Amino acid sequence: MLALSLIIRGQVQGVGFRPTVWRLARECGLTGDVKNTGEGVEVRIWGEMAERFEAILKANLPGLARIDSIARHSLSGAAPQSFEIVNSQEGSVTQLAVTPDMATCPDCLDEIRDPFDRRYRYPFNNCTNCGPRFTIVQSGPYDRARTTMAPFAMCEDCADEFETPADRRFHAQPVACPHCGPTVWIEDLKSGARVEADDSPRLLADLILAGHIVAIRGLGGVHLACDATNTKTVGALRIRKRRKAKAFAMMARDLKVIGRYVAISTVEAAVLTSPAAPILLLYGQGETLPEAVAPGLSRLGFMLPHTPLHHLMFEHLDRPLIMTSGNISGHPQCTTNQEIRDKLSGIVDFALMHDREIANRIDDSVVAVDLGEARILRRARGYAPQAITLPDDFPQDPCILAMGSELKNTFCLTQKGQAILSQHMGDLEDAATNEEQRHNLALFSSLFHHQAEQLIVDAHPDYLPTQFGYEIAQGRPVTEVQHHHAHIAACMAENGVRLADGAVLGLALDGSGLGDDGTIWGGEVLLADYQGYQRLAHLKPVPLPGGAAAVREPWRNAYAHVVSSMGWPQFADRFAGLDLEERFGAQPLATLDAMMRKGINAPLSSSCGRLFDAAAALCGVAWGRQSFEGEAAMLFEAAIDRQCLKVEERAAYPFVIRAGTPLQLDPAPALEAMLEDRLKGASSGLLSARFHLGLAEALARLTLILAHQQRINIVALSGGCFQNASLFALLHDRLANAGLHILSHSKVPCNDGGLSLGQAAIGVARSLNVMGG
Amino acid sequence: LAHGGGGKAMHDLIDQIFAARFKPQSREDQARLKHPALLEPGAQLAFTTDSFVVSPLEFPGGDIGKISVCGTVNDLAVGGALPLWLSAGFILEEGFDIATLVRIVESMVCTAEEAGVSIVTGDTKVVDKGKGDGVFINTSGVGVIPPGRELLASSVKAGDVAIVNHRLGDHGAAILAARGDLALSASIASDCQPLNGLMEAVLRVAPHVRAARDATRGGLASSLNEIAQEAGVGIEIEEKLLPIHSEVRGVSEILGLDPLYLANEGTLVLFVPEAEAEAALSAMKATSAGHQSAIIGRAVKDHPKRVIMQTLFGGRRIVDMLVGEQLPRIC
Ligand SMILES: [Fe+3]
Ligand SMILES: [Mg+2]
Ligand SMILES: [Zn+2]
Ligand SMILES: [Zn+2]
Repeated sequence: MLALSLIIRGQVQGVGFRPTVWRLARECGLTGDVKNTGEGVEVRIWGEMAERFEAILKANLPGLARIDSIARHSLSGAAPQSFEIVNSQEGSVTQLAVTPDMATCPDCLDEIRDPFDRRYRYPFNNCTNCGPRFTIVQSGPYDRARTTMAPFAMCEDCADEFETPADRRFHAQPVACPHCGPTVWIEDLKSGARVEADDSPRLLADLILAGHIVAIRGLGGVHLACDATNTKTVGALRIRKRRKAKAFAMMARDLKVIGRYVAISTVEAAVLTSPAAPILLLYGQGETLPEAVAPGLSRLGFMLPHTPLHHLMFEHLDRPLIMTSGNISGHPQCTTNQEIRDKLSGIVDFALMHDREIANRIDDSVVAVDLGEARILRRARGYAPQAITLPDDFPQDPCILAMGSELKNTFCLTQKGQAILSQHMGDLEDAATNEEQRHNLALFSSLFHHQAEQLIVDAHPDYLPTQFGYEIAQGRPVTEVQHHHAHIAACMAENGVRLADGAVLGLALDGSGLGDDGTIWGGEVLLADYQGYQRLAHLKPVPLPGGAAAVREPWRNAYAHVVSSMGWPQFADRFAGLDLEERFGAQPLATLDAMMRKGINAPLSSSCGRLFDAAAALCGVAWGRQSFEGEAAMLFEAAIDRQCLKVEERAAYPFVIRAGTPLQLDPAPALEAMLEDRLKGASSGLLSARFHLGLAEALARLTLILAHQQRINIVALSGGCFQNASLFALLHDRLANAGLHILSHSKVPCNDGGLSLGQAAIGVARSLNVMGG
Repeated sequence: LAHGGGGKAMHDLIDQIFAARFKPQSREDQARLKHPALLEPGAQLAFTTDSFVVSPLEFPGGDIGKISVCGTVNDLAVGGALPLWLSAGFILEEGFDIATLVRIVESMVCTAEEAGVSIVTGDTKVVDKGKGDGVFINTSGVGVIPPGRELLASSVKAGDVAIVNHRLGDHGAAILAARGDLALSASIASDCQPLNGLMEAVLRVAPHVRAARDATRGGLASSLNEIAQEAGVGIEIEEKLLPIHSEVRGVSEILGLDPLYLANEGTLVLFVPEAEAEAALSAMKATSAGHQSAIIGRAVKDHPKRVIMQTLFGGRRIVDMLVGEQLPRIC
């Protein structure tokens, strides 16, 4: 009789894998057993169908499972009588991996809609295919006792399901029902009283329709919600939340509702309905929403309901709701009922609360589909802490902790050839976020049994995560990695570039990172492998008058570029007809001149992000203090007149490549041409289009020169500027047409949220040097 | 000025400019010091040194001479010492304007008098033109810490109250404004002043002051971080309690600098047990160096070694020690 052992690796624990194997084995008339092991799952099968079982299994995987590899061996010994799920022995088996939180599956959805089901209208319904995971776990290994479900003792029915291998809820740690699980209620925050309701989700929907702003305690945090079609309410939310202009995300019942406002491609529909259920950025089309939802932007952020609670609430809502993070801008997001009462009573009238604690705060993820591929821009709910497999010739051993960047912070652990990125945490200068990073470092270390042998930090000495890395190192080696090298390495790693593959050309375009010459970089072409890099070209360095102030105020960059290109007198002379002269005149230009001349808080920078700020200001779509990071560049891109992009190459503004080592890309002629156009009364839509065309054109030209020179045909694109879908697409087209192989980001953000992956990859690669000698 | 070499010209210079004003008691190679405070059992000697370079040499509220006295007096005073004697070493650039030098020396004499210290010994060297920036001054100071006083940053405890005696950043902003090339229209004067009188006034009514630091280079942010590190406590300050001149705010805004990191030359932060905080505050306010005194926060058990500021909008921001210059960190 045929007998086989299959050792299966991948995402195979805690996702209903063993029950599926059990069911399939029985259906195939096989005997044997299945169990979790330290490496994954081991299946032992005896019977005629054993040979075909692998294929059958692969065709019938549970929704959340992923197989990375299967090792087969033949077995000897007598066939057992039946097929069993063998319980993991205490201690002998390593942890069950924690998977990301997953949106409600169709089976669970059917149950809450079935009046005869015992979970009819139950807001916490879940199974092995869906529901909370990461947000409820307090420490490893992952089982109910160490989650915030621990206080809810399972009733007999739930316990039965939990223990029955054939059941969809076999070992589903958060299993719950109306008899034994968490409950929801609504509180009137003015009076502090509970609002009596048979059906809280329904009542909440009614309150929202009546124009109220409400708080909803959800899976990984608290949302502020209101009717997105109600101009007055959306305006009130902006004022009360003190969020001036940053776009609000929305949630709607289904694709049909979302499709009324935006265009949805098949790929986009698949992302929206995926178990991760992220916020997806979609181009507006059709009915319009109040301008205050996403002022000045062409993309709107939509997500679908991801918990039974949201589904129940939306049964009665055929319009989109604003669903934005539950905090006043600049404050950390609330997670507890008490925080809602204490901090949100000035914003909302009513709050939907529940009694299952949120162990780990997690934001909604943000995704955009660019060039036909889903690209994660903020990696959090639904994606973290899913591991990313490092390229296959990376060493398995080094346990590394990479501390990440200061804003959009994530950290990254490596072990056994895997990179585990934390969820997006955000700005570490915020005290609560900083504490959260400490919490998450401890959590991840516990969940993944990870003891870092060495730490990797950004080379910027003032980055808080860099300082913190040194603080916690306690004798372990700390390695500093240059910011843009890490960006490129992140892009290489997520695309599976092997150590043996050698160097690529890396285009790193972002806001700023400390360069190895002490200036601020951000528009770089690097010749990079995992070990090191060489700076081949960069944007012309221009002072940042006021340092961080220049990051907040686009006009400062505009002035620096004006001075560095034509000088103020010529500008004032040639462009006296523009309102710019007057706007500049109202600023302390003499002081800025002196700062730039004397180098007082005016560091030189080759930043592409700041070039966009300058262009946005000169084009007229931004000027003074931005209300959020990247605002000017986003408005500038959104201003593009798409018709103008289709015209010929001639329309591209000219950039000049200047000889030298490294080469320099000088935007001066482009900015001049833009001002000339403005003088002729051209629209900002045309200006922005021609600028984008010009920059893409020039970057492509520069890259091709270097590709030729270096005999390299792989280009990695990384850095926050590639969130600019237009620049990305235009550049991608040109590079692809020239026959270059392009690597871009999809699994981790191109912005600093992906930086820790690159730091970690560099750390692992360099450890090889040390060990191999 | 052309007095290198140490010959007759040098002697004349020292006689005319330095000796005539500092009035040393003898012409021996060393000062010989007597003071009753030295004889008290348990008294400790305090000794510090600092070198001063500043551009411009003269600015609203002070000059390099005044700073060189205040800086050393204050380093002694914040340790609880009674500053007694100072030395003064000058490195002069050949060709330096004598009239300016005289003003600087007179300013030192005047400030020393105000602080009640004597400049008892000194030295002068002249370097070739182009090898100095007019004048550099080094001062060292000796003082006596009376028996029983033990001001130590490491003794700050959770619950202690943090008090500053003056608005923050005036010196840094005044220096920047005084460099006419920055075209800043601000009339801020440096806070440059001796703080020993203020310290004595506080210690009389609040004998358990744990520690004080003068917030010179690196500003208040650096002093607070040093204390948090030393004491292993957290420190919480409130932005709305921080005394900052509107012109300092303005200058900082234009230059993109943070007043918390601007230098001061007569501003200290001290930590005192809650029970003595009110008394300390009133005593400080009654001194000329402290009428702007304000409680700005306190030491806490949470977040050890970190300084956190409650912002005007209710956010909580980490105020860290800057390793480098204020290079932008936003990507
Ligand atoms: Fe970056
Ligand atoms: Mg000193
Ligand atoms: Zn389910
Ligand atoms: Zn139950």
